This record gives sequence, C-alpha cells and structure tokens, in this order.
Amino acid sequence: MSLSALLPILALLSSLLAAVVIFALPESSHRLRTLVNLLAALLKLGVVAVMTWGVFRGVDFSVSFTMLPGVSFMLRADALAMLFAGLSAVLWLFTTIYAVGYLEDSPNRSRFFGFFSLCVASTMGVALAGNLFTFFLFYEMLTLSTYPLVVHRGTDKSLQAGRNYIIYTLGGGVALLLGIAWLHGLAGDLPFQETGHFQGADPALHGQLTLIFVLLIAGLGVKAGLFPLHGWLPQAMVAPAPVSALLHAVAVVKAGAFGIVRVVYDIYGIDFAYALGLLEPLAWLAAFTIIYGSVRALWQTDLKRRLAFSTISQVSYIILGVTLFGPLGAVGGLVHLLHQGIMKITLFFCAGNYAETLGVHRVDELDGAGARMPATSVAFTLAALGMIGVPPLAGFVTKWALGAGALAAEMEWAILVLLVSSLLNAAYFLPIVYRLWFCPIAAPWPAERRWGRLETHAWLFWPPLVTTLMLVLVGLLAATFVSPLSWAQLIAVRMYLP
Amino acid sequence: MNQWLMAGLLFTPLAWAALSLLLDFRQGRWLSWLGMLIQALVSLGLWVAVASNGGFYYALAGWEAPLGIALRVDGLAVTFVLLTAAVATACGLHAGVYLDPSKSWQRYFWPLFWFLWAGLNGVWLGADLFNLYVSLELISLSAVGLVALGGEAAALRAALRYLFAVLLGSLVYLLGVALLYGQFGTLSLTGIAAVVGADEPAAAMALLLMLAGLALKTALFPLHGWLPPAHGVAKSPVSALLSGLVVKASFYIAARLWLELGDRLGSHTLAQGIGALGAGAVIWGSWLAFRQPHLKQVVAYSSVAQIGYLFLLFPLTFAVAEPVSRLAQQGITLQVVSHALAKSAMFLAAGNLILSVRSKRVDALGGVSHYLPFSLFSFGLAGVSLMSLPPTGGFAAKWLLLQASLASGQWWWVVVLLLGGVLAAAYVFRIYRATFLEDRASDDFYHPPRSLEAIPMLLALLALGLGLVAEPVLSVLALPFEVAAEVAADVAVQP
Repeated sequence: MSLSALLPILALLSSLLAAVVIFALPESSHRLRTLVNLLAALLKLGVVAVMTWGVFRGVDFSVSFTMLPGVSFMLRADALAMLFAGLSAVLWLFTTIYAVGYLEDSPNRSRFFGFFSLCVASTMGVALAGNLFTFFLFYEMLTLSTYPLVVHRGTDKSLQAGRNYIIYTLGGGVALLLGIAWLHGLAGDLPFQETGHFQGADPALHGQLTLIFVLLIAGLGVKAGLFPLHGWLPQAMVAPAPVSALLHAVAVVKAGAFGIVRVVYDIYGIDFAYALGLLEPLAWLAAFTIIYGSVRALWQTDLKRRLAFSTISQVSYIILGVTLFGPLGAVGGLVHLLHQGIMKITLFFCAGNYAETLGVHRVDELDGAGARMPATSVAFTLAALGMIGVPPLAGFVTKWALGAGALAAEMEWAILVLLVSSLLNAAYFLPIVYRLWFCPIAAPWPAERRWGRLETHAWLFWPPLVTTLMLVLVGLLAATFVSPLSWAQLIAVRMYLP
Repeated sequence: MNQWLMAGLLFTPLAWAALSLLLDFRQGRWLSWLGMLIQALVSLGLWVAVASNGGFYYALAGWEAPLGIALRVDGLAVTFVLLTAAVATACGLHAGVYLDPSKSWQRYFWPLFWFLWAGLNGVWLGADLFNLYVSLELISLSAVGLVALGGEAAALRAALRYLFAVLLGSLVYLLGVALLYGQFGTLSLTGIAAVVGADEPAAAMALLLMLAGLALKTALFPLHGWLPPAHGVAKSPVSALLSGLVVKASFYIAARLWLELGDRLGSHTLAQGIGALGAGAVIWGSWLAFRQPHLKQVVAYSSVAQIGYLFLLFPLTFAVAEPVSRLAQQGITLQVVSHALAKSAMFLAAGNLILSVRSKRVDALGGVSHYLPFSLFSFGLAGVSLMSLPPTGGFAAKWLLLQASLASGQWWWVVVLLLGGVLAAAYVFRIYRATFLEDRASDDFYHPPRSLEAIPMLLALLALGLGLVAEPVLSVLALPFEVAAEVAADVAVQP
C-alpha cells in the first residue's frame, strides 16, 4: 500500500486506536492515559500537516474499498477536507490538554477520554470522507460518540439534554439517510468532486433532486444548528466545558456545516444548485438564523448558554457564505469554518476557567474577574472582539470576505444582515467585557480555588492563550500564504475554476 | 472430503447429545467444549470448501430423498451453518460459566444444546420438506426444554406456552406439506418447484398453510405472544440462542418456500399482507420494548421488532425486477446474520448486567457504567447494530432494503425501515440513560468473570465488522444453487 493511501488511514486510526487503548486502561492510570492522549494528538497533527502540504502540492491521497454492492467506503483528502481536518487536529490537541486539567479528580475519566477520542476519530472521518455514504457513516458515529460526553455528569439535567440531543440528531440522521439512499437510487455512488455531479441533469429529475436537497439540508442542518433545528444546542451546555468547546467549535456543529458545503459544492455543484433555485431559500434561512441566534443570545444570563446561541448565529455565517453565488462568498464561508472554531473554542475555554476557578457560571457574577484572572480575561476579550469583527482579528477577515462576496453576488441584503449581526454581537459581548474589566467585585466568588502561582490550573491556563494568539495571527497574517484565508482561496479557485 | 464434513456437521451434534446425557454438568461441559471446537472447525471447513468450489447437492450415504436424507449445500446454507457455529459456540462457552452446576437439572443443558444444534444444521442444509419438518421439530422441542431449564414457575409457564405455540405451528405446517405431497407425490423443494404451475389453488392453499405455521414459529406479529415470556425468562445464554438462531430457522424455511414457489403460488395481496404484518411487528414490538420494566423483556420485544424486518422479504421479492429481488434477498440475509450476532451479544451482555446489579429491572441499572463498562459497551455496540446505524451489519442490511424498496417503488416500506431505526434507538437509549444515572445509593455490584464479559463483546464486534466486510460475505452468499441443481438433475437422470 502506498504512502498516499496510508496517510488518511493513519489520520483516522491515530485517534481510533487511542480510544481503544484508553478504554482498555484501568480508571486509575491517569498518567499513562494522558500520555496516550497527547501522543495520539501530536501524531495526528503531524499526519495532517504532511497531508496538507501534499494536497497543496497536488498529491492525491485516497483509499477506497467496496463495502456493499454498489457502494464504496472512500477516504480522500482534498483541499476542503484538509481545512476541516486541520482544524480538528489542531484544536483536538489543545482541548485534550485542557480536558486533562479540567477533569482532574473527577470520576469516569476512562470513559470520558475514550469517547472523546472516538469523537475526534469520527470528526476526522467526516473530514476525509470521499463520498456521501462514507460521510454518513462517520456523521452517525459522531452522534453516538458524543452522547456519552453530553450526559457525562449523570445528573437529571444532563440526561434530559442528552435525550434531546439524541432525538434531534438521530432524527436528522433519518432525513439524511433517506436523502442519501434516494440519491444513490437515482445516480449511484457519488464521490465528492469539485464541480458536482448534476451539471446538465435531466430536467425530469429536477423535482426529485430538489426534494432530496431539502432532506439532506434538513439532516445536516440539525447539527449545524440551523433554525428551527437548533433546539438541542443550548441544552447540551450542561456538558463539561471541554465538551462544549469541542462540540461547539469543532466536531458537531462544524460537521453539519461542512456537510452542507460538501452537498452544495461537491454533490450538486454550485452552478446547478444555483440554477435550481436552491441557494436563495437557504441563504434566507441562514440569514434568519444569524439574526435569531444573536437576538436570543442577548437575553441569556448563563455565560455558556449565551455562547451557545452565539454559536448558532456564527455557524450560519458559513452557510451564508456558501450560498452567496461566487468564489468570494465561498472564501468567506470556508474561512469562517476555521476562524469561528478558533474564536469559539477560546471563549469556551475561558468560560470553563471562570467556572472552575471562581465557580462563576452567570454573566452577572463576572464583575471584576479581569483583576483576578487577567490572562484569561484578555483571551476572552480578544476572542469576543474577534467575534464582533474588530480588525485585524479573525472575525474581521471573515466578515470582510463575506461582504465582498455578497456584493459580487449582488445580494446586498446580506451585507445588512452582517452589519446587524455585528451590532448584536457587540451588544451581547461588550457588556461581558465591561463587567470583566470595569466593574468592581460585587460579591465573593461562589467557589474559588487556587493553584500555585498561575491564576488557574496550568493545563487550563495555557490552551486559551495559545488559541488567542492564533486568532490574532490568522487575522494579521491573512494576506500571507500560510493563512487559512489563502487556503480557503485555494479551495474556492479549485471549486470554481476546475 | 465433503462427505466427512457433512457427516461431521450432522452426526457430531447428535452423538454429543447422546453422550452428554450420560454425564453431569461439569463433565458435559468438557465434552461440549471439545465438540464445539470440532463443530466450529467443520463448519469453517465446509464454508471454505463452498467458497472456493461452489455449492453442491449431497445425499447421505447415497440414499435418495424419499427414503434418505438429501442435503443441498449452497452459499446461503453454509453461511448460516457458520453463523450457527459462531453463535452457538459463544453461547455454549458462556453457558458453561454462567449456569449454576449445583442445580442438578442444569446438566440437561448440554444434550438439549446439542439436539438444537443438530436441528439447526438440518434446517440450513435440508432439501426436502419432510426432513425440514423433522429438523424443525428437533429444534422446537429442545428449545422448549431449554426454556424450562430456568427452573422457576414462570419459566415452566413460559415453556408450556411456547410448546403449545410451536406444536400448533408444526401441525399447520405439516398439513401444508401433506397437501403438497398428495398433489405432486414428492417432497423435494426443487422437485415441486419444477412441476408446479401458476393456477393451482390446492398448492396455493398448501403454501399459505405452511407459511402460517412457520410465521407462528417465527413469532410474526400478531402471533408473537409466546416469544417475549419464553425469551425473557430463559437463562441468558438460552435466550441468546433462541433469539439469535431458533426463530431464524423457521423463517429460513418460509423464505426458501417463498423464493422457490412464491412467484407462482403467491399473490400480490399475500406478499403485501405479510409485509404489513412485518411492519406491524416492527412498530408494535419496538413500542412494547420501550415500555418494558425488565431489561431482558426489552431485549425480547426488540426481537419481535427485528423479526418484523425479515418479513419484508415477501413484498420486496414478489413481482419485481431480478436485481431488486437480489438486493432484497441480500438485505434480508444480512439482517438475519447481523441480528443473530447482535441479539445474542445483547442477551449475554444483559445477563452480565443483571448478574452485576442483582436485579432484572431497567431502573436498577444506575451507576453500572462505572462498574461494568465493558459489558455495557458490548450491549451498546449490539444496540448500534439493532438501531441499524453505520458501520454495522444492521446498517448494511437496512441500506440494501432501502434501495430495494425505492427501486421497486414501494415507498411505504421505506417509512417502516426508517421508523424502525428510530424506535430501536428509543428503547436502546432508554437503557443507556438508566446506566448513566449517578444517584445510586449503594455501591453493591458483583463483578462477573472476565470470560463472561469477553464473549458478548466478540459477538458485538462481529456484528459491527459485518457491515465493513458485507461485500465479500455477500459474494459467498450468492454462490448459486446451479451446481446443486445440476447435480440434482444428474441424479434424477440416473436410474
């Protein structure tokens, strides 16, 4: 087997095997488990880096075998796959470090880290899937492996959240399966390819194809938190902070958004989807979700719930970018896949730090936290400013590209949506920033803990700082060739100019 | 070579049954472990022989059908023989540790177990209707005995109810066989298929009777009443055998009858009607599974639901294009195999969980995810296959059935298939949910031996892996009757 076929498998297996080893380890061997976790994360990062370089150079990494008559299991690394794989590989490393610190002294860590690794393996599979069938395989695996993480605490509230999570996501899975099976019946096995499959399809099929598109988007929209399918997401906030960070920044919501990108570009083909009139309703839905999520976020007093509604809003930026017909909009949407991941994971890390160090869960308890935890608060502030779209941070790059895309696609109303959403972002983030820095401490912290010199546990302290550095750098260096922006441009060029 | 394999397959179980009658439980266990090894090797040998050389027809000791025992060996039959070897070995190994040797009646487990295995092999390989009947009776009677091994009053009641059901089923089936024999003077399935015409009401009646009898034995809704008590109160390894293999035997005969004779003796109404009963089983069985307070009852009602899928074979192969029919047959076969593996894994794992918390109730499972993560994980993996989520064998089966339904324009079965998956998720997640609760006051858990935990895991992994290697498995399954038919024709020509 050649190296080009081996690497995608290795990327998948690194966390799959880590999961098996971790499940096999006894609960008490914490050091060994941490070591396995970190080694697997580093190995995956290395593999993904090599593959990204290869894809940039034009190497074709793919492997496939026939799984069922007429259906193959196919892993393939193209530029879009590497965008998502790179995001999950990088953020997995930091979330693992963070989670080790966060869950210190708590029970059931073997189970937690086992499913955590399984979850990342599924995300990797979603990223590297070479056809719709393989995508679905890992998409459902992701659902199943995140359930134990959502209900990890075993309280009534988390079990309730887990139940709703499962109802939403498995319901979405049914719609997705029906869509995929139907499409398979019409057109056979569909590998993702950059121009889609239905260019010049028989007009008699257009009705069916539209219906299938609706099914696919409904199935994927559940995970992407598209209105009105977003209900599970704020509830899932009862999970431990690293899970929220991973679910919201990387794995689950992004898998949904990524799937929508795949369906629109690589199955239907952007031209065909546009010609069929499928993009505009989707754009409106995404725009509505953007505004709706932001407005709901305004009223949340719980910090993590506010971040959750912000996620609902922000993920729809990606979908909006996809539906703006033209390469510029695509660049904005794709780059936001990465930018939103980095910013949101920083925010969740910080929220977790406040909860673990000070016992603070609500926004109005944060008064004066900036003085007690300056580094975490700087990270939170920068990530919040990035979300609002303050230059030169990551969010600004996204919004600029989306705005340019909207102009190019002659959908000026989208710019209005972006502006209103930025205002709303400011309206729900700036009060938090204000409380952090400018309000005096009103009451003693609900449950303060101290760890040595640093303001919090070292494993909790560093990950948000590193991701903050990243979100500054991806903004500052957006114009250079190592930035996510230039990678998104590479994808868009390959997609629109085959 | 083949004759040794065939003889081994049918006569080792019978010999072992007789021998183990003379022994107590512990001695029987040693003997049976040896027998299981032989059976597993022989089954594997036959599978390899068929996979490399194709199927064949075999008359035991050269005696032809009316007097002797004629066997037909094709890809489907050997796959089921191998499946039986896998599941029965797993259950036998499990039972050897699980059952309590201090109860004197437990020593009858081994003879009954071996009679059951002999009967199962007889059904998979049988070529004529009377031998199929005899094998089926052997299975039914030993299965009833195994249920009664539970020893409690509830087990005896369930066994008796089971006995009445299977006897009634056999009677109705035999009536159909007699009708066919009266009309055609032969009992060979291929022989009847060769002469039967389209418009023969007596033969159609016979088919209907045989199918009705077999449906009762397979516990098709609404004739499923006997199954949950029998499978629920039996000892866990017995439940695993019953749900995994026994109900499949009667279904297998029904399917063979339908595929040979259905195109001429069946009708659209009959096919759709049987499919509708299957759909009813999927929905009603799943709903009842969701409502059960006892863990093993949940698993047992889940069998009622999963058996429902099998009966979609009838509408999906009747009057459809040949490729569609093939898709449906492949899907149903995968469903049989994956359900056998997953359900036996689930029963064995459920048995471990019950041992551990010392209660049969679902709501007593709180905190077990701490103490028995391995068994719970096996239960979960098996559950994934039952929910037919990827990459399990259950998913592969559902995918093929979805394709068959869509291609033949019977979209209503699509609804049943998708709804069935959701309902299965509902009852499986209800169990998970109970195990994640952390409010249990006492930490009083018993830890079953490792070997009891390993066996369900292996079965669950097989069910999972089946989805990944479905293509090669299906290619062996598809190995044709043609060779068998040719040999049969040759034999018929000879004086």
